[in-house]
Amino acid sequence: MKHSADIQAETPSFSWLRAIFGHRAVWPIVALALIFIVDGVISPGFFHIRIVEGRLFGNLIDILYRAVPTALVALGMAAVIGTKGIDLSVGSIIAIVGAVITWRIHAGDPHWLVLLIALGAALLCGLWNGFLVAVLDIQPIIATLILMTSGRGIGLMINLLYGGTNPSFTSPLLQGLSVGHIGLIPTRLILFAAIFFLLWLAIRRTAFGLFLESVGGNAGAAKIVGINARLIIYAAYLISGFCSGWAGIVLAADTHTSDPVSIGLYIELDAILAVVIGGGSLSGGRVYLGMTILGVLVIQALTTSILTSGLPPEYNLVVKAIVVIIVLLLQSTNLRAALYNAFARTKR
Amino acid sequence: MVARIEMLGVSKAFPGVRALERVDFQVEAGEVHALMGENGAGKSTLIKIMTGALQGDEGEIRLDGRPVHIGKTGDAQALGIGTVYQEVNLVPTMSVTKNLTLVRQPRRFGLIDWGAARKRARERLKRLDIDIDVERPLGSYSVAIQQLVAIARALEDDTRVLVLDEPTASLDANEVALLFRIVRDLKARGIAIVFITHFIDQVYEIADRISVLRNGRLVGCAPIAELPRQKMVPLMLGRELERTEQRASRAASTALDKPILVAEGLGRRRVMAPFDLTLHPGEVVGLSGLLGSGRTEVAKLIFGAIRPDSGKLTVGGAPVTSASPSHSLHLGIAFCPEDRKAEGVFGELTVRENIILGLQTKRGWLRRLSHLEQEALAQEMIKALAIATPDADKPVSQLSGGNQQKVVLARALTAEPRILILDEPTRGIDVGAHAEIVALIRRLCAQGLALLVASSELDELVAVSDRLAVLRDRRKIGEIEERDINRQTIIDTIAGAGT
Repeated sequence: MKHSADIQAETPSFSWLRAIFGHRAVWPIVALALIFIVDGVISPGFFHIRIVEGRLFGNLIDILYRAVPTALVALGMAAVIGTKGIDLSVGSIIAIVGAVITWRIHAGDPHWLVLLIALGAALLCGLWNGFLVAVLDIQPIIATLILMTSGRGIGLMINLLYGGTNPSFTSPLLQGLSVGHIGLIPTRLILFAAIFFLLWLAIRRTAFGLFLESVGGNAGAAKIVGINARLIIYAAYLISGFCSGWAGIVLAADTHTSDPVSIGLYIELDAILAVVIGGGSLSGGRVYLGMTILGVLVIQALTTSILTSGLPPEYNLVVKAIVVIIVLLLQSTNLRAALYNAFARTKR
Repeated sequence: MVARIEMLGVSKAFPGVRALERVDFQVEAGEVHALMGENGAGKSTLIKIMTGALQGDEGEIRLDGRPVHIGKTGDAQALGIGTVYQEVNLVPTMSVTKNLTLVRQPRRFGLIDWGAARKRARERLKRLDIDIDVERPLGSYSVAIQQLVAIARALEDDTRVLVLDEPTASLDANEVALLFRIVRDLKARGIAIVFITHFIDQVYEIADRISVLRNGRLVGCAPIAELPRQKMVPLMLGRELERTEQRASRAASTALDKPILVAEGLGRRRVMAPFDLTLHPGEVVGLSGLLGSGRTEVAKLIFGAIRPDSGKLTVGGAPVTSASPSHSLHLGIAFCPEDRKAEGVFGELTVRENIILGLQTKRGWLRRLSHLEQEALAQEMIKALAIATPDADKPVSQLSGGNQQKVVLARALTAEPRILILDEPTRGIDVGAHAEIVALIRRLCAQGLALLVASSELDELVAVSDRLAVLRDRRKIGEIEERDINRQTIIDTIAGAGT
């Protein structure tokens, strides 16, 4: 990715402008701020946060709360996209995990074991994707398309194992992880923060992130340097599988049911969008975890805002598309250079 | 006798470079005319002008004595000039018929008449005595057959001139023989054939006449009997640049040391004939040869970037069982590739990240170099190699080519190798940086590093090498010892007949 800082300033007096507008975080933050300003104007009570039944309540909390599944998926997606890959199967992994949970709970397994089995299933999915991409050398979009199309069918077949059609379940443990709260704060937010932190440690505090970006940035050079690209790609798809699996636990426990047809539908698109809004390029080579979360927040804030604004929900998708286009245009190096030059001229 | 095709006084300039300067080039009917020259000599430009892909700035083209204007590739085809380009520009996934129908399709009611297309495809192949199933995808046939299909496509009934650009680059000996049989056949039919190759032996096998280009000028044109290898190779490489660069004499003889690397019969089919090579600590071994002679292949076979399928490699006394770049890294072999863009730098990563990646990969992903260590290592390398960058956190793609090359070298050095392989270490580097890199090579070698340097620049090899392996046509044809290394011996060895 080229930063606008590459573009030489014409006069030194604009260097502060360059520094601010050159930072990759600025446009997603501006977009988020604009969404909130519009919210504040339309519904003055939008930012009100209160405590109901011992937990925080309000639109802002709601945005964070609802953003968690997409955010989890987007983290894994960011790692995969960093290797110049893509994972379309994340929604199907969620469906499989949901089905596995209900199946094992109906089979009477202890709930902690169900949790482990569910995550194991998700990792298995990641392993499968990694095998197709890293070993069989299938293009990532095709390789993950296989699980994307078959995954929901696998979910339905798991349901059939015990004859359940849309079976429901209750589990204090799993529902606690999803809709419960510790103190004032929703548990899923705390757990998300923990996963984010672990992933950040793995990517930025070991050399794994650098290797990942090397493989994605220039596979030929990575080979010459002696990096085991196969292992790195495996790891990225495993991370994506794990993150999607956790999102599946959160979603399944939230809905109390296994509905493989609709759970997490189109979540891969929001996740990819979040990575792109966060400045990640689909041509690979860079992983921005924090920026990806910012991208998720832009998408979720937009969705929540449209729902609370009283705008008919039919408008949701179109408005979302328009905002996304604007954010992406603002991130374009060329457009920013043009805007910057135009601004510099008017000042002179 | 009027030549079949004549190009008279053809010049062409690109921004900043004169690609061709008043070049005359004639090919007779029924003649195989070899066009020789190193990279950038102007061969491609000349051919492109002949086939209408480029327009010359001046000069004229005559076909059978008649001046012609070739404004686009369609004109050349209409005049009977067919071309087979170096990269087989056919579609491997399509059937042979479809490939032969790509340019002109027989139509019926405005739709493609596939029956007629198949018939025509078979007829075209028959002209070359090839009988294959035209419905099978092209990619299912050998490279040789694909090459012949490409020739079949270029050949029309009225073809008068056929240009073959590196047709044998990826063929083995039997396939070359097959191709040459067909070339002789075409020649017997009176077609004028322009043959471009880097394989010198093949030129002397098939060509009737040779034209040699250097730096955009025609420097020689003669029947092969009058232009033996010993005369032709110096023409290609040029002598006017000759300067006697004095080599620094070695303080101690290195021949007594135990070799650190021994390759015995190392090779890979179609890539490089088996070769022997030894390297001693503190020694610089040069790899010399013309373009396409196998310099890069030798380097990559030793490094493991190309997996050998024959022979034995011993490093530090221990045999290497599975050659791979990551294995080589841990054996202490580092490699700076020739193709900086595809195999060298990580454009989006910073200078610092690019440099430390060598050591980091050796340490593995868990033992991450802290930011301070990274910064220190990067600064040390930037200083040692005089890399011109405002700071270590600039994306490496913003550096000039020479500085990117130094970054790749720096990365190889951070892995603390015992053996360093440099493939074209000074490619695209200005004169000042060139001297710095030559000086650096000498310094490294004084520290006990063993170096293998592949280069197309004779002067550079003369300046740094203790021993020189000479390659031709993908095989090693000889070694030159230190006292005998000079431009003349290298040229003589490259040109020398036999293997």
